[in-house]
Amino acid sequence: MFSFLVRRIVAIVPVLFVIALIVFMMTRFAPGDPAAAIVGNDASAENLARVRSNLGLNDSLPVQFGRWGWQLLQGSLGESFFLKKPVSELIGQRIEPTFALTVMTLVMTVLIAVPLGVIAAWRHGGWLDRMLMGLSALGFSVPAFVIGYVLIWIVALRWQLLPVQGYGRISDGIGPWLSHLILPATTLSIIYVALIARVTRAAVAEAMTEDYIRTARAKGLSETRVLTRHALANAAVPIVTVIGIGVALLIGGVVVTESVFAIPGLGSLTVDAVLSRDFPLIQGITLLFSAVYVAVNLMVDISYLVLDPRIRY
Amino acid sequence: MRYVLTAFLFGALIMGVTRPSLAQETKVLRVVPQSDLKILDPIWTTVFVMRNHGYAIYDTLFGVDAEGQVRPQMVGEYSSSADHMKWSFALREGLHFHDGKPVTSADVIQSLKRWGERDSLGQRLFAAMASIQAKDDATFEMTLKQPFGLVLEALSKPASVPPFIMPKSVAETPSDKQIDSYIGSGPFIFKVDEYRPGERVVYVKNTKYVPRNEPASGTAGGKVVKVDRMEWVILTDAQTQTNAITNGEVDLIEWVPADQYLALKNNPKIDFANLVPKGSFALHLNRLVPPFNNVKIAQAALMTVSQEALMRAQMVHKDLYNTNASIYPTGTPYNSDKTSFFTGKPQLEKARALLKEAGYQNEPVVLLYPANFAVLNKFPPVMAALLKQAGFNVDMQSMDWPTLVARRAMKNPSTQGGWNAFITGWNIPDNVNPLFYAPITGNGEKGWFGWTTDERLETLKDEFLAVDSEAQRKALAVRIQERVYDAAVLAPLGEYKQLTAIRKEAIGGIVTSPVGVFWGITKN
Repeated sequence: MFSFLVRRIVAIVPVLFVIALIVFMMTRFAPGDPAAAIVGNDASAENLARVRSNLGLNDSLPVQFGRWGWQLLQGSLGESFFLKKPVSELIGQRIEPTFALTVMTLVMTVLIAVPLGVIAAWRHGGWLDRMLMGLSALGFSVPAFVIGYVLIWIVALRWQLLPVQGYGRISDGIGPWLSHLILPATTLSIIYVALIARVTRAAVAEAMTEDYIRTARAKGLSETRVLTRHALANAAVPIVTVIGIGVALLIGGVVVTESVFAIPGLGSLTVDAVLSRDFPLIQGITLLFSAVYVAVNLMVDISYLVLDPRIRY
Repeated sequence: MRYVLTAFLFGALIMGVTRPSLAQETKVLRVVPQSDLKILDPIWTTVFVMRNHGYAIYDTLFGVDAEGQVRPQMVGEYSSSADHMKWSFALREGLHFHDGKPVTSADVIQSLKRWGERDSLGQRLFAAMASIQAKDDATFEMTLKQPFGLVLEALSKPASVPPFIMPKSVAETPSDKQIDSYIGSGPFIFKVDEYRPGERVVYVKNTKYVPRNEPASGTAGGKVVKVDRMEWVILTDAQTQTNAITNGEVDLIEWVPADQYLALKNNPKIDFANLVPKGSFALHLNRLVPPFNNVKIAQAALMTVSQEALMRAQMVHKDLYNTNASIYPTGTPYNSDKTSFFTGKPQLEKARALLKEAGYQNEPVVLLYPANFAVLNKFPPVMAALLKQAGFNVDMQSMDWPTLVARRAMKNPSTQGGWNAFITGWNIPDNVNPLFYAPITGNGEKGWFGWTTDERLETLKDEFLAVDSEAQRKALAVRIQERVYDAAVLAPLGEYKQLTAIRKEAIGGIVTSPVGVFWGITKN
């Protein structure tokens, strides 16, 4: 176990290096000039050239990459071209809304999707199963921005129960924090509920056909106990895998949802950085997202050991 | 569902340790600015939102009223010699920076010097200047070595880079390095600790600001702030902006997106105010490379312009635009109908004849198309169709706006990654005066993108700068306009009305100004 962890953690370093290199090259080869975006519409060509030079964009690509790599080795993600602030500080300002949205979405998703999937598997082929799976197909098919705008229209504009936009920091109180998160988290979780409910249903339905389920029933265990202790426990590995994949997908999902609800999180920071060609910021955020993705995969792998004692690394 | 949610929220509020909102304690004006504020150094960028930020926290020596007249602002008394070669300015009493220190002549001189290194009119002013010296803490003198007829216009200019006054220690920052202190002497104080780019920009009222006694008008007059706090809420999505003002979460949208116009117009809670003046759009040609390096071919392109068709496509609603064949805005002093061959209406027959006469060889015309930029993206398809009708071989290339801004700096032929034409927008302060209007250059590759070479145009601009009387200036402005068309520098496409949406029952006291200003606004 320990050697497995060490191997996996060491393997992260070359993965992140390759990602860093690819991201760097993509930003440099994509069309667009951050200096032009900084100086504005009526700036002269002379001003433009001066800003390009100040940003170090006239240096060769190896020099630019080496400079960034050296900063990374020193624990710095660099400085935003536009905002003249450390990238880590900007990420720090935006991480709370994204983290809160992701966690709330995950909690809502797991609390709703797993019971739904188990119930559907329990009533496999019945009307409840078909209805739940039909709804999950619908939830999976409708784009997040459509769900978002429909929820805004009904809950925020018609009923005036929740705000339409923004984020209330937790330091401003639980009420504002929660009221700003309910709609975006619901929007995002609808899609993941659909995904995880379907996988849970399939895994539990398969487990329900196993001999140990028949044995458990023969012992006189209640149906609830059979479902939770025996079927669900044995179906946990694929469910956890999909939840792990879901976290990675969420990183993409929050970009759209944060735009719809104007949440100042990492998603909107990414979009702003790309549109303004803020190279250090794009590089820093992508590296962070990649690290999160790798870490989630590692945690999922470790969770297999807990969920299924037969697995050995 | 509704009741479940209500109960849930009620529970959360009872459980929660909610702080009383700021709105209960103070009057907070919540504004959706035209775009995010990312750069905080006023000489580093010419984006409109920076000017608005600048006017909020800094003050200027002179301002421009709603009629375009120059009025003293930080300056109390001022005078000039009979030949206007020597100027004396005295600062009015009571001017203090946000840190409590008084504004002195030394602060003013250093601020002007830094501005003069970057702003094009500022560069011309300092080139014409022999010296600028402090007589005492409140008085300074400017001596010219050559005639410069726009001293007050330069010191009051709201276009591009206005000459904002900052403390000497801040203004000593080299002009190629951004400032890192944001102390001004203006009516609002910038809350650096609450600044979250992409989320919000916060200002509080400068309670020690001493406004002028005259009523507020434009960037001049008494800048009386009537709210305690102003928050700029960064919302980039047009639908979200509309939802937010409808729900009362924001009080004012500075620039109403055209596609939300009808929704807001029909909303009984919303009113429109002209906080921001109208601006214009223009077609810019690359005069450096074929085919528009041939002036006749370039003139033919200008003849294809149909302002009505182009503006209708972009602005959709007739309430939001008007045509104007002059390069100067409608209703401003230099606006004139003497526009050479340019009419703003399509002259396709003439254009075809001119193309034939010029020997156009069907070279491709690369028209840059910012497909995801809603403010401009309806123009290029219409412009391409008009050019094709006259016989041009148009290659409309799709890209995002940052790519276009980078591409237009390339001087290669269009077949080697360059360009031939693009469209962009300008605000009233930008083109109210030929020396403010950045693209009117005739100095070739040293000039603005398009790089027209036209000595006559440059000579006329120099004459405009040197003359003393407004009548002479007006005559020269008209000649410059005619020269702009004859040299085929650009073609105006029409003027847009940039409406500001406000919550009808909450907001009042909007000040009409060439830039977005927020003093005078009341909130109930």
